[in-house]
Amino acid sequence: MIRVENLSKTYHVPKRSTGVKAAFKALVKRETVAVEAIRDVSFHVAPGEMVGYIGPNGAGKSTTIKIMSGILVPDSGTCEILGRTPWKERMAHVKDIGVVFGQRSQLWWDVPVQDSFDLLRDIYRVPAESYRKTADRLTEILDLADLLTTPVRSLSLGQRMRCELAASLLHSPKLLFLDEPTIGLDAVSKLAVRQFIRELNREAGTTVILTTHDMNDIEALTNRILLIGKGHILYDGGLDHLREQYDTVRTVTVDYREGQIPPVLDGVEMSRLGEGRVRYRVDTAIVKVSGVVARLSAELELKDVTIDAQPVEELIVRLYREHRI
Amino acid sequence: MRKGNAAAYFSSFRIRLMQNLQYRVAALAGLMTQFFWGFMLIMILEAFYRNSDASIPMSLPQLASYIWLQQAFLVFVALWFRDPEMFGMITSGNVAYELCRPTNLYYFWHVRLLAQRISGAALRCVPILLVATLLPDPYRLRPPADLAAFLLFLLTLFTGVLINVSISMFIYILTFVTLSPVGSLMIIGTVGEFCSGMILPIPLMPEWLRNIVMVLPFRLAGDLPFRIWSGHIGMQEALTGFLTQLLWLGALMFFGQLSMRKVLNKAVLQGG
Amino acid sequence: MNLYLRYVKMVFRCQMQYRVSFLLTMLAQMLIPFSVFAGMLLLFQRFHLLGSWQVDEVMLCFAVIHMAFALSECFARGFDMFAQVVSQGEFDRILVRPRGTVLQVLGARFEFSRMGRLCLSVVVMGIAVSRLSIAWNPLKVLSLVLMVSCGTLVFAGIFMLAATLCFWTLQGLEVVNIFTDGGREMAQYPLDIYKKEITRFFTFVIPFGMVNYLPLRYLLDRPGSMAWHALLPLCATLFLVPCVLLWRFGVRRYQSAGS
Repeated sequence: MIRVENLSKTYHVPKRSTGVKAAFKALVKRETVAVEAIRDVSFHVAPGEMVGYIGPNGAGKSTTIKIMSGILVPDSGTCEILGRTPWKERMAHVKDIGVVFGQRSQLWWDVPVQDSFDLLRDIYRVPAESYRKTADRLTEILDLADLLTTPVRSLSLGQRMRCELAASLLHSPKLLFLDEPTIGLDAVSKLAVRQFIRELNREAGTTVILTTHDMNDIEALTNRILLIGKGHILYDGGLDHLREQYDTVRTVTVDYREGQIPPVLDGVEMSRLGEGRVRYRVDTAIVKVSGVVARLSAELELKDVTIDAQPVEELIVRLYREHRI
Repeated sequence: MRKGNAAAYFSSFRIRLMQNLQYRVAALAGLMTQFFWGFMLIMILEAFYRNSDASIPMSLPQLASYIWLQQAFLVFVALWFRDPEMFGMITSGNVAYELCRPTNLYYFWHVRLLAQRISGAALRCVPILLVATLLPDPYRLRPPADLAAFLLFLLTLFTGVLINVSISMFIYILTFVTLSPVGSLMIIGTVGEFCSGMILPIPLMPEWLRNIVMVLPFRLAGDLPFRIWSGHIGMQEALTGFLTQLLWLGALMFFGQLSMRKVLNKAVLQGG
Repeated sequence: MNLYLRYVKMVFRCQMQYRVSFLLTMLAQMLIPFSVFAGMLLLFQRFHLLGSWQVDEVMLCFAVIHMAFALSECFARGFDMFAQVVSQGEFDRILVRPRGTVLQVLGARFEFSRMGRLCLSVVVMGIAVSRLSIAWNPLKVLSLVLMVSCGTLVFAGIFMLAATLCFWTLQGLEVVNIFTDGGREMAQYPLDIYKKEITRFFTFVIPFGMVNYLPLRYLLDRPGSMAWHALLPLCATLFLVPCVLLWRFGVRRYQSAGS
């Protein structure tokens, strides 16, 4: 589906200097600074896969997305999507992809959503029959029936995002790029969007590339993540594997009968949360969780035990720190 | 204006001036555009003058000077020259922040607009005036008739900008009511442009139209000082013109402040 | 073409949402060229003749160029406002759609309030034609239609050049006004009143002379004009070729440099 090999891109940003002399010089010849956006980025994506593309701001995420959607031409490297090079066969390529930029709308602001859809149908030259089928299905799944006659400007952000999703799927693309699709949405809308993407991937088999800062999106949608930092791919693999490798910390929270004294355990950090409640931070690389629980149940009369893994955010922060980005 | 506030107005003025001086390339572009316009206007008038009998109230060389001065000080004269940020403030209701400042909003904005116009002209007028003086006849800009005329030119030019800013303040005040600056800006801008002789130099207007235009304040910003420079207006008349300017300025600022206060009271009542 | 009309319809409906403001803007848009027109009439009142040209003849000249400009400003507004289109990220969106960039940029913006100028120029043309005793024949009618339509294309080409400039810099775009607004103001008078160099520039480089001055001479049966001058506006459309090529070059540059 997607084969990206050794993709590199450097921007030349005009150097901004102060002073009158420099400004006049700039009129004649502009000095530029080379900024390396991505370097030697390679990855493959199989049909029907869902991939989370994550990294801090300015890491090169949007550069990669722009190259893959044919907006930008890389300096070197190859990119083949559905057998085509995006920037060489732009028109043919973009027919097969859908793009949602979470921060920008593709709908016409002042007219009902339906009109935008109709215009998109003409832009993508979708045959009437299949358009009707797709539109009906999308309307049903995304619950758009009431929204279609409303002008976009009076939609809420969550409603608008649902319409955006539908708008970029009207031509039934095989590949969907979602750039921060849940940004700014409330909890309910986020759930609805995630639910929809999951169904789309499962039922239509659409390949989805998702960039986001919300790790819950990743957790809810995909197992495979691509982590990019400073223009390099730092990690490519499953979320599970990432957990196994880096996520060794568990917290064990215990409720016990008041009056008892919780034991101090070797290699385990303990913090009291109040009378009858204590939390242990266990690094499973050193001590086994089962051993800790066994010790505790031996020494205390336990009322409740909960074992929590780290939130994914913390994991990613650790990864960032490890790679110094 | 209370004395303690003068510093605040001055620093607002300075920031505006510096900001606008940043855009040197834009200024260069503007310069070229204005040269083109000046040339074109003079060429058109030159073509008309070729068929003229003797009864024309202004000679072509005088007219050329008049037009170059118009171009050099376009930013002083043009009413459509605007500050989109201020319009944004009014329409979005962010004007509330400006109201929190311990300054008189009318003067504060007046100074801000003045700074924009002065910085805009500062960059453009010198090169235009310089080059225009070096052009061959009949396109040449002639130096002022004498020193007294030049001084009176400067005086009336400056008072003229103040008048112009006071007029444009009404456009901003009106925006509080209409909430869209486009219509009033275009209508006042166009009427003002015509009545200040930017489209057809006032000396060339027919009698009836000139009588109307002379009563309105628009000509005081450009037409009056430019004609003083070119010697088309004598000393006596120039002084009368200056007095008229002062009267208009006083009236415009008085009514401007009055209506500003009214409009603001209303805006506050509505909850902004 | 079909898609283009859909774009037109869409944006028209958008602008109709604000009817009062639309009508006011349109009225104001009519006022601006009207003041220029009034200035021209007043000059004629004082001087009677402009070179060898009568007021009615110049009115026709004025009407043609303003009509072309208004149409172009209305329908090629996407190029006129391209700095905004780029800065709002709309151009990225255009690139991920399977249609030509020119068509999509054209479709991105329409400014129907610019019809105010069109209305005025229609009126002026009506007056001019009714007062001039032109010996109409099919070729002359065709010529007049071509003058307006090809003039629209010439202005569109200039807007396109200006838009192309946006791929390199957003500063100093005001210079382009020399060719849009300046070209319009200049070509509203017969070009022979200007210096020769300027007449030549606006005939052979930016072909206002071919859509206005030269065919106008034919319409008015001026001495030395020939029937083939009636078709010169078609020639003027060649101007679009370098414009489109440069535009393509600009798009490629955008794709390799990013925004």
